[in-house]
Amino acid sequence: MAPSDLRRPYKRPQLSDQQRRRELSLKRQEQSRDAELHARRLASTLLSLPPEQQPSESEPEPEPEPGSSSDYDLRDASKLKGPEARKWFAKQLMLPEWMIDVPHRLPHDWYVLPRPAGKRCFVVSSDGTTISRQRNGTILHRFPSALPHGSRNRDGSGPPSYSILDCIFHEMDQTYYVIDMVCWKSYSYYNCTAEFRFSWLESKLAETKARDPPSYYHKYRFSLVPWYDCDLSGLHKAYTGEVPFVKDGLLFYNRHAHYQPGNTPLALVWKDEYCSQYVIDTDNKGQVPSHQQVVLELQDDGKVTTSDDPPVVFSCLNLEFIQQSGLESGCLLRFAIGDGGLTIVDGKLERADLHYLGKSNRARAFADTYSKIMFQNMVRGSPLRIDDLVASISSSVDGASIPDVEMICG
Amino acid sequence: MAMEITQYLLAAQSADARVRTEAESNLRQFQEQNLPAFLLALSVELANNEKPIESRRLAGIVLKNSLDAKDAVTREHLAQQWMAVDIAFKSQIKELLLQTLGSSAPEARHTSAQVLAKVASIDIPRKQWPELIGYLLNNMTQRDSPAGLKQSTLETLGYICEEISHHDLGQDEVNSVLTAVVQGMNLAENSSEVRLAATRALYNALEFAETNFENEMERNYIMKMVCETALSKEAEIRQVAFECLASIASTYYHVLETYMQALFELTSNAVKGDVEDVALQAIEFWSSICDEEIELQEYESADSGDSGPPHSRFIEKSLSSLVPMMLETLLKQEENVDQDDSIWNISMAGGTCLGLVARTVGDAILPLVMPFVEANIVKPDWHCREAATMAFGSILEGPSIDSLSVLVRSGLDLLLRLMNDVNNQVKDTTAWTLSRIFEYLHSPAGGYSVISTDNLPRVVDVLLESIKDAPNVAAKVCWAIYKLAEGYEEAGRHSSLFTPYIPRIIESLLFAASRADVDDSRLRSAAYEALNEVVRCSNIKETAQIMRELLPVILQKLSQTLELQIVSSDDKEKQADLQASLCGVLQVIIQKVSSTDDLEIRSIIMTQADQIMFLFLNVFACRSSTVHEEAMLAIGALAHATGPEFEKYLPEFYKYLEMGLQNFEEYQVCSITVGVVGDIVRALNDKVLPYCDGIMQHLLRNLSSEALDRSVKPPIFSVFGDIALSIEENFEKYVPYAVPVMQRAAELCAQMDPNDDELMEYGNQLKCSIFEAYSGILQGFKNSKSEVMLPYAQHLWQFIELVLKEKQSDVHLTKAVAAVMGDLADVLGTNTKALFQDLTACANFLRECLGSDDDDLKKTATWTQERIQSIMVA
Repeated sequence: MAPSDLRRPYKRPQLSDQQRRRELSLKRQEQSRDAELHARRLASTLLSLPPEQQPSESEPEPEPEPGSSSDYDLRDASKLKGPEARKWFAKQLMLPEWMIDVPHRLPHDWYVLPRPAGKRCFVVSSDGTTISRQRNGTILHRFPSALPHGSRNRDGSGPPSYSILDCIFHEMDQTYYVIDMVCWKSYSYYNCTAEFRFSWLESKLAETKARDPPSYYHKYRFSLVPWYDCDLSGLHKAYTGEVPFVKDGLLFYNRHAHYQPGNTPLALVWKDEYCSQYVIDTDNKGQVPSHQQVVLELQDDGKVTTSDDPPVVFSCLNLEFIQQSGLESGCLLRFAIGDGGLTIVDGKLERADLHYLGKSNRARAFADTYSKIMFQNMVRGSPLRIDDLVASISSSVDGASIPDVEMICG
Repeated sequence: MAMEITQYLLAAQSADARVRTEAESNLRQFQEQNLPAFLLALSVELANNEKPIESRRLAGIVLKNSLDAKDAVTREHLAQQWMAVDIAFKSQIKELLLQTLGSSAPEARHTSAQVLAKVASIDIPRKQWPELIGYLLNNMTQRDSPAGLKQSTLETLGYICEEISHHDLGQDEVNSVLTAVVQGMNLAENSSEVRLAATRALYNALEFAETNFENEMERNYIMKMVCETALSKEAEIRQVAFECLASIASTYYHVLETYMQALFELTSNAVKGDVEDVALQAIEFWSSICDEEIELQEYESADSGDSGPPHSRFIEKSLSSLVPMMLETLLKQEENVDQDDSIWNISMAGGTCLGLVARTVGDAILPLVMPFVEANIVKPDWHCREAATMAFGSILEGPSIDSLSVLVRSGLDLLLRLMNDVNNQVKDTTAWTLSRIFEYLHSPAGGYSVISTDNLPRVVDVLLESIKDAPNVAAKVCWAIYKLAEGYEEAGRHSSLFTPYIPRIIESLLFAASRADVDDSRLRSAAYEALNEVVRCSNIKETAQIMRELLPVILQKLSQTLELQIVSSDDKEKQADLQASLCGVLQVIIQKVSSTDDLEIRSIIMTQADQIMFLFLNVFACRSSTVHEEAMLAIGALAHATGPEFEKYLPEFYKYLEMGLQNFEEYQVCSITVGVVGDIVRALNDKVLPYCDGIMQHLLRNLSSEALDRSVKPPIFSVFGDIALSIEENFEKYVPYAVPVMQRAAELCAQMDPNDDELMEYGNQLKCSIFEAYSGILQGFKNSKSEVMLPYAQHLWQFIELVLKEKQSDVHLTKAVAAVMGDLADVLGTNTKALFQDLTACANFLRECLGSDDDDLKKTATWTQERIQSIMVA
């Protein structure tokens, strides 16, 4: 007697390997398709996002129609959503976390590069023009460039396409320092590792005249930032080496990490007084405040949190205070950290001595991240020093030849 | 002609091929010239008691085949043909068929019942034969009806219930059918033939009895009759009665409480003492109860708090008797059973049921099973040892990982030693148990594993030794290796623990795949599948060198298949199987190697690409009319890996691509080829242009074909999007052909029956793919010629609105809608302003998307919102 189909997989695999191969192929195809579309969609926003969103107060608000007040209306929203648009935009950049402890295996898995001081921006070239946009979505420059389709001068740039680079604009020599590549000639590098992106970046840029001095069709020079394996000599070069720009700390990239929009612990920033003029945050007058200041986001329930996903809660405001001060959820608020400081237990924040200062600057899209607050906090007390990095690299190199006991047991 | 049909029907069964062919051709001629007369002649033949039974039987079969076919398109065509037959002919045919039900020849009666059900399957849903049921019931209620007529009438009723949906009958008709059937089961009044036919009919009619099972009196009556029938003295009738009980267990689980005591006794007596065929059905009853309770538990844990259907915990309540009963069956193994064939015996059914019980009750099964395992695993009789390992292997899914891990840790050593047992079946089951242990208790990435650095060396040693055992054992060992490797998939640093063993494992698997001492296709494919998993789960940074060495070995093997001597069709099949396995391995290697961005590792494929492609093309050339599915899959991976370099292969490969796209019969092949088109256009971008006319023609033809399995159509729409993205404004010339087809498909979506779940699921796939096509085409025109799509914007918008109204919850589709809205605004800009005038629905939809848990969906919706805003303020 034959078994019923339902009971057939007796002592046998339930799913054939062939079926698995088919499914994995489909998955790969779907991911490739999504990556293609995502890159194009991002490019259009970069190109056409309005240069600056008007603050909503400057426009008279139309009276809401009776009965429709609960309906969310896109046309109204379009006037209000400036910060939303900025947020969306800023989430497309990969944002390094601040280094608050030294990652393992620095020499094996990480690159280090000196970070130019300046404005972090996306540069997109397409359809005869080039636009750079800062983290908050505002346009920095609209200019002709030698990037593919970056100017009207179409000599041999091939079929229409767009390219997107992750850069830092350095005021002093008016140069865009390219730190990463997101798209090149419509080919998306999102799903590629840092290792791959970095190794292609140089040769792709060399295909164009983007590194040439400025000219009529090429308003700003593009330049590469040197990157090194994060071993002792690499770290030394990045830390002390001569560079044509003003250094503002060091960037660390995990070589296996994809270009991941938003905050990521797989890219890190670190600085000390030697390699940066801006180690401790200053206020808007350029002064170092006596107490550390932080910007946090107010939630529905009165909690104030960082911009991490998931957010880290720093404190909870009382509701009466929220109402009196006319605060709404989503507001970004500025606080000073009082003498009570931050209480950390088992690596987790337990309590913060926060003093409310006021609402934050409107141009900000995000609250601070946890790593930034902690880094700033450490800088004021016991900072992570270059010696700590050196020590970690040395121990990691020594440890590489013997089996990693901790790893096997874990 | 009518006079001669008997001769033709007899000749068509002649041993002489020439006579047969001629007769068949004559019959076909008759059928083509005058179908109604032909069908009538066949029914006259079937009804005529004077005619030889051979010609009557064939007449019935030909008649049946004129009404029904396996494949849906032909079936629909035949139904239309029947509907077109003149009513006068149809009435006569039906009359003759009904008359035959009372024939003295049992075979003619039986054939007629089958044909009647086919006619009914066409006519009843179309309300063309309202009097049929009444007529049949009359056969049952006439006091002087002969037993033969009652038997074939019940058979007819059963077949009809099998063919039609219960929506096609009124409740009155259902009631009468059930009454007639249940009365037919009555012991006092009916012969055994009638009771058997009645019980079978009930089995088919159970689905129709929903209302009757809600009514306590009617339910009691039906249950009483089934239980009585389960005690009939004829084994065949008992077997069918137990089949009814198993079916009732799944369909009417929620009303079984009252009967459970009786059912328990009935089934346990059958399991313990009845003949095997009856015992199997009694076990099936409990397996079905488990299925129901497992589903209820999944439902409960999915939406807790919701008052779902009742969970009666039958398994938990009967656990202490049920488990020993199943354990007993495990000791009734047959000697030398080839498990992969169509054999299903009591120990297999018992083991399967035990596994389901474990999944139902979890930890509670352990104290009932473990003493049995411990007592039997050391006994000298191999039956005991095999039953013990079988019992242990069966309960590894369900109980908590913690409880099981403790047991496995203390028992693993014993199991490994059993791999050296003297008995083949003990080793077979032990290897299977090991694979289950790896499957359920070995997940370093999940934070638990019974495999440690301490026992891994020994586990690997034992497996690699046993892979040299008899082929059935070796194949199970391959599967255990598969599961062992699977545990290290995406296990980060844990996967490094496995790396040192990979070279030896690969060597052993290659050895098992081409063992000289046995020629066993199952072992061969199990070995290659395990090899695939080892490659897939390895840490590519650490195994790059292994892959570099493995690739030429597999290529060499594939090359050898081209040299094989092909004499018989068996040779041909063996060659094709071997090529399938090897192409599978190549696909996995290519995909693995190209998944890394390390250029040096990727060069493993790049430097061998010419050779790989050369072999694939030769594999294709081994067949004349069909393409090789596995080679096709592998080529997709290769195109993805090589990128623009693939261009040089396209001139040679193109004809096979076309062949794949035309393979409607093996629609999987067609579907895979469509996916490969996507891989190729993405790899080549506009270099694919010279081939696009041909590809688009095939795709458009496939979309318009009725004969192609519908599951291939959504991927075709998606690939339209891929092509447009790759060739950008060059897609313009296809727009007038492609977009109208998309529009028609969108309209088809609007007309689908929302009550048909299966159809709606297909509808969702179709909608998704149409939106993907629009997204790709729109974005493809972004850099130039976007105006080409303007005339189609309105229709697309209507389709979007339609989908928004449906309030469906498929996240994939939601994402596709959100994206295409943004693409419209993004690419067509302010031209679409008018479309976005009535924004309420759209705004509500986007707001819902923004509140979703799905990150991708949120990102897409934010982008779309931003795009729409930017045109609204412009």
